[in-house]
Amino acid sequence: MLEFYRQMLLIRRFEEKAGQLYGLGLIGGFCHLYIGQEAVAVGLQSALEVGKDSVITGYRDHGHMLAYGIDPKVIMAELTGRAAGISRGKGGSMHMFSVDHGFYGGHGIVGAQVSLGTGLAFKHKYAGDGGVCVTYFGDGAANQGQVYESFNMAELWKLPVIFVIENNQYAMGTSVNRASAEDQLYRRGESFRIPGLQVDGMDVLAVRGAAEEAVAWVRAGKGPILLELKTYRYRGHSMSDPAKYRSRDEVQAVREKSDPIDHLAKELEALGVKEDDLKALDKQVRAIVAEAADFAEQAPEPEAGELYTDVLVGDY
Amino acid sequence: MTDAPETRTMNMIQAINSALDIKMGVDPDIVVMGEDVGFFGGVFKATEGLQKKYGKTRVFDTPITECGIIGVAVGMAAYGLRPVPEIQFADYIYPALDQIVSEAARLRYRSAGEFTAPITVRSPFGGGIFGGQTHSQSPEGIFTHVSGIKTVIPSTPYDAKGLLISAIEDNDPVIFFEPKRIYNGPFDGHHDRPVTPWARHPASAVPTGHYRIPLGQAAIVRPGEDVTILTYGTMVHVVAAAVAEKGLDAEIIDLRTLVPLDMATIEASVKKTGRCMVVHEATKTSGFGAELSALVQEHCFHHLEAPVRRVTGWDTPYPHSLEWAYYPGPVRLSLALDKIMQD
Repeated sequence: MLEFYRQMLLIRRFEEKAGQLYGLGLIGGFCHLYIGQEAVAVGLQSALEVGKDSVITGYRDHGHMLAYGIDPKVIMAELTGRAAGISRGKGGSMHMFSVDHGFYGGHGIVGAQVSLGTGLAFKHKYAGDGGVCVTYFGDGAANQGQVYESFNMAELWKLPVIFVIENNQYAMGTSVNRASAEDQLYRRGESFRIPGLQVDGMDVLAVRGAAEEAVAWVRAGKGPILLELKTYRYRGHSMSDPAKYRSRDEVQAVREKSDPIDHLAKELEALGVKEDDLKALDKQVRAIVAEAADFAEQAPEPEAGELYTDVLVGDY
Repeated sequence: MTDAPETRTMNMIQAINSALDIKMGVDPDIVVMGEDVGFFGGVFKATEGLQKKYGKTRVFDTPITECGIIGVAVGMAAYGLRPVPEIQFADYIYPALDQIVSEAARLRYRSAGEFTAPITVRSPFGGGIFGGQTHSQSPEGIFTHVSGIKTVIPSTPYDAKGLLISAIEDNDPVIFFEPKRIYNGPFDGHHDRPVTPWARHPASAVPTGHYRIPLGQAAIVRPGEDVTILTYGTMVHVVAAAVAEKGLDAEIIDLRTLVPLDMATIEASVKKTGRCMVVHEATKTSGFGAELSALVQEHCFHHLEAPVRRVTGWDTPYPHSLEWAYYPGPVRLSLALDKIMQD
């Protein structure tokens, strides 16, 4: 539990720092913060086996990388577009990958990764490697047509895929019920016979519990399962979003009542962990993040020749 | 004698908003639809205030479903409406390609003219905003390749409004790409300099009322004798700055509409100057510059004193870092102008 706490805190502090670097102009373009949603990636990915299972997600991907213990330095350096970044500065905030962790990326096109995740699951089954693929997408992406084409194939072929809808309530400025005829998103798999579960995405232990259940279902060869994780993003959709579509009170109320980190802190204290210990942990995490930010600021930009590498596998 | 029309200083977003407003005010068949265009007013605010003014049945948010947005718009249009769907970024348009190519563009032909799809697909496009590969692309060449649709790209607030009105009134489907780098001000290609607002540019004086700029009519932005430069969108301003810095007497033509193309203006210019350079931000291979280059060669071969040159984005995905190495900016334009004058 302390490790969950540390991971969530790392994501929170990392994202706060990324927001600051964006404000300073060190990170440009598009940057989507994960603040508020930390329990989702941490709870789910803790139930997976690195090296066996695979993960794929959309553009709000920093948290999923950090939850896998990937070095914050190379993540931050990717955000600043440096050669030392995990995608050598070529991907940026939305497009990060890690072969070592079976992390098949952040993807900038809403919903497109859902079909890819279905393909990853196909390979798990084809190879008989026992792995499962966790395919994340948001409440906004849940309305893309290719999601349902993927659902159909996944169930038809009984693929080992866990579809995870991170329902943070808003697709940019559009709330779920203004964009979705069926706003209970865990039911979206019903006509494909995919079972669905709705989970409190602000409670890391509940997330972990649901993840275990889902993994067991999928690993047993029963086909896909759909998890709807009810969560909330505290910040705007991206850095340029003033978030005028919801009230400050609404955000404040979630922060006060349901913050995943505060919630776990209370549970830890009830178990006898001292407040000072949590504070010391926060200090450690802040130091890691500060180091990552310094690294990302000082690392050199890629050489111009990098423009033409990785376009094709062969010479280009 | 008629009075000069009343004008107001507008940036490109305000001009687009004004075109939509003017048309919606007179034609109840026009509806505006897309992701976050209603309540939110669009990510770039191009549709701000329209839902309040015209109501939720005429200006509405759609789910994130590009294929669905265009498909539904085609059906609406076939039955008499004039939808103006927005695809939030041109980079998101690919799921809708099937509906644009197979349905919107081809409906008229296969029904022998009985049904048409007069939709205007508005979409911000192009780079220069550090958007990486999924928020920076210039896919116009994909659409100019498709017979049955028109492709329009404005470069100033004045043109944006006049062209958008023409596009909406046009009876064929139109892809209307808005160069997002210059929504708020023209861009001279020097990314390290502060942005100049539109207010200082003469084309920010936009008539408040209705006016058209016909589709298929290029604009000579700068008349000249030495070399003809064909370009459009953001690059019109980047080219103009590069030409001014060199002190060259170039004739700069802003195509404004790629399909239909104003070949007469191009031909007259190239026959006069004897040299032609094509500039666009999109990648080179099979880009629209290739078509222009071939057309100039077909129409003006005996007048050419040098090979047609293309200055374009490199043939790579749009990069995250190294954006300015990719971008056909002042340095590359300067070198290319030197070369074409020496050829």
